[in-house]
Amino acid sequence: MTPNISPFIIFFASIITSNMILSNFLGMCSYLSVSTEYKTATGLGMAVTLVLVLTTVVNWFIYTYVIVPLELIYLQYIIFIMVIAALVQILEMGMDRYTPDLHAKLGIFLPLITVNCAILGVTLFMVIRHYSFLQSLLFALGSGFGWWLAINMLAAIREKMAAVKLPPGVKGPALSFIITGIMAMAFIGFSGIFTIQ
Amino acid sequence: MDLSVILRTVGSLALISGALSIIISLSEMVLNNYGTVELDINNGDRKLSVKGGSSLLSTLAGEKVFIPSACGGKATCGLCKVGILDGAGPIALTEEPYLTQEDRASNLRLSCQVKVKTNMRLLIPEDLFNIREYLCELEEIEDLTYDIKRLYLKLPQDQTINFKAGQFMQFYSRPYGKIKEEVFRAYSISSKSSQHDHVELLIRLVPNGIVTTYVHTALSVGDTVRLSGPYGDFYLRGDAEELIMIAGGSGLAPIRSLVYEVIEKGLPHKMRFFFGANKLRDLFYLEEFARIEQEHPNFKFIPCLAFPEPEDNWQGETGFVTVALEKHVDSGENREAYLCGSPGMLDACIKILKDKGFPDSKIFFDKF
Ligand SMILES: Cc1cc2nc3c(=O)[nH]c(=O)nc-3n(C[C@H](O)[C@H](O)[C@H](O)COP(=O)(O)OP(=O)(O)OC[C@H]3O[C@@H](n4cnc5c(N)ncnc54)[C@H](O)[C@@H]3O)c2cc1C
Ligand code: FES
Repeated sequence: MTPNISPFIIFFASIITSNMILSNFLGMCSYLSVSTEYKTATGLGMAVTLVLVLTTVVNWFIYTYVIVPLELIYLQYIIFIMVIAALVQILEMGMDRYTPDLHAKLGIFLPLITVNCAILGVTLFMVIRHYSFLQSLLFALGSGFGWWLAINMLAAIREKMAAVKLPPGVKGPALSFIITGIMAMAFIGFSGIFTIQ
Repeated sequence: MDLSVILRTVGSLALISGALSIIISLSEMVLNNYGTVELDINNGDRKLSVKGGSSLLSTLAGEKVFIPSACGGKATCGLCKVGILDGAGPIALTEEPYLTQEDRASNLRLSCQVKVKTNMRLLIPEDLFNIREYLCELEEIEDLTYDIKRLYLKLPQDQTINFKAGQFMQFYSRPYGKIKEEVFRAYSISSKSSQHDHVELLIRLVPNGIVTTYVHTALSVGDTVRLSGPYGDFYLRGDAEELIMIAGGSGLAPIRSLVYEVIEKGLPHKMRFFFGANKLRDLFYLEEFARIEQEHPNFKFIPCLAFPEPEDNWQGETGFVTVALEKHVDSGENREAYLCGSPGMLDACIKILKDKGFPDSKIFFDKF
């Protein structure tokens, strides 16, 4: 049953209160490894948003018109993953051909994104929560923006902290985890504005 | 479980993945089809008609033009730079770290990251056309020391090699043991540049090293070895009265070739060769260099042992090569330096040479 929530609430909630990284902790690997520079983090954030919207839309159609009618629910994970992988590959070729400038900036991130669990996560949430098409679309867009916001914040903080003298034990990934934890706690402050889960 | 469930599962998976593969192949045919494009090399010197859609590095390799590459196209070695005047598209993020300001000014790009999509105008150093692939026969393999082997390789009947003394070859190992793929590493040529049908390599065993372990344990006489080359800009400049040569371990290889080049061409340079090792058991080719020293008064051989054993009865220089350098080389005036060996030793020696007044432009080296 489709929940009775405005798609726009879903959009803002998935940026702020149900952020993919800060409250669901999904898509952490590329978030941690590609957040040393603000500029590259922006590129990855943009690519994740693009792929999220595209794959969620296509997976919504596949789910509604293929998986459900053919009673293939038990195969949905495999099907979703295959669709994501194929879409990313086609997207990369298309970008290379028609928008070489964008491809030069985002191209290297695309293969990385295929295995980003936030992408599969959004598709699965969409299924579990019975979102309508419009709700799914804005959920994907919001989750993308939320992921983008989180990685940009982490990258900005890491860039600022590059000059800080730290004990060896908290350098690198450890520091990223601490920063992420503090950011996540800060984001708890937004809870109550709206909830979707 | 019900047979029909199994059939339906397998059937639908096969159908869906089949459909996706067809979609991918179709989009590849449409999106990645750039037709036949023209590559113009060095302002019209050569013209190639190639199929677009792959990286410039592999497209050129398909045309037997081998651009140096140590990472196999993963954008991690930065060796595959080629001048592209036209048709390269924007600089990719993967290239950024490897392109200096000068590189950008002279239109250099990483050929492994540039896709061939349209007609291109390229600038490729003439030397690279000299690079070939050789399927050699291993004629001799012997121990020079406990950890250095000498490989003597015969080139195929119909092929010869032209290289400058000091240059290196790319050596390709076959899959063995746990290593499931071909791996390649650089090895300097130690034979004379006047010899065109054989090459000699000196390979030191690196503990747990992929290629050196292959060479030291899996290779035997008669085996086929794939090489490509020659590569590198470590070769004789000869714009000075005396050449100071410094090597450690297998770094002797390119120096041996250099020494023979000077002698065989009858060049007037004086040469002093400082060869660093730990103990007597690490020294090799001693008689050969002693003989050259006797026959050619222009050449001096100075082996240095850092930690000789009492039973070595060592009479020569003791201490690191740096000590001998300090002692025997007074200034950089009218001298060129050629160094080869481990990064640590090279850095220490280069520092001393600079202190003695060698300008950067007179110091040439290959770091192993
Ligand atoms: C221009 C040039 C010329 C050269 N000429 C010669 C020559 O004439 N003779 C010669 O003997 N050598 C020469 N070398 C060095 C040679 O190319 C190889 O680097 C060397 O032989 C080691 O190769 P390998 O595959 O056995 O070792 P590798 O497998 O590359 O390993 C090298 C070392 O690194 C360690 N290592 C490997 N991978 C990792 C990892 N992921 N993390 C941490 N450690 C790791 C290994 O344990 C080992 O100690 C030359 C190098 C250059 C650049
Ligand atoms: S081949 Fe190594 S960077 Fe291009």
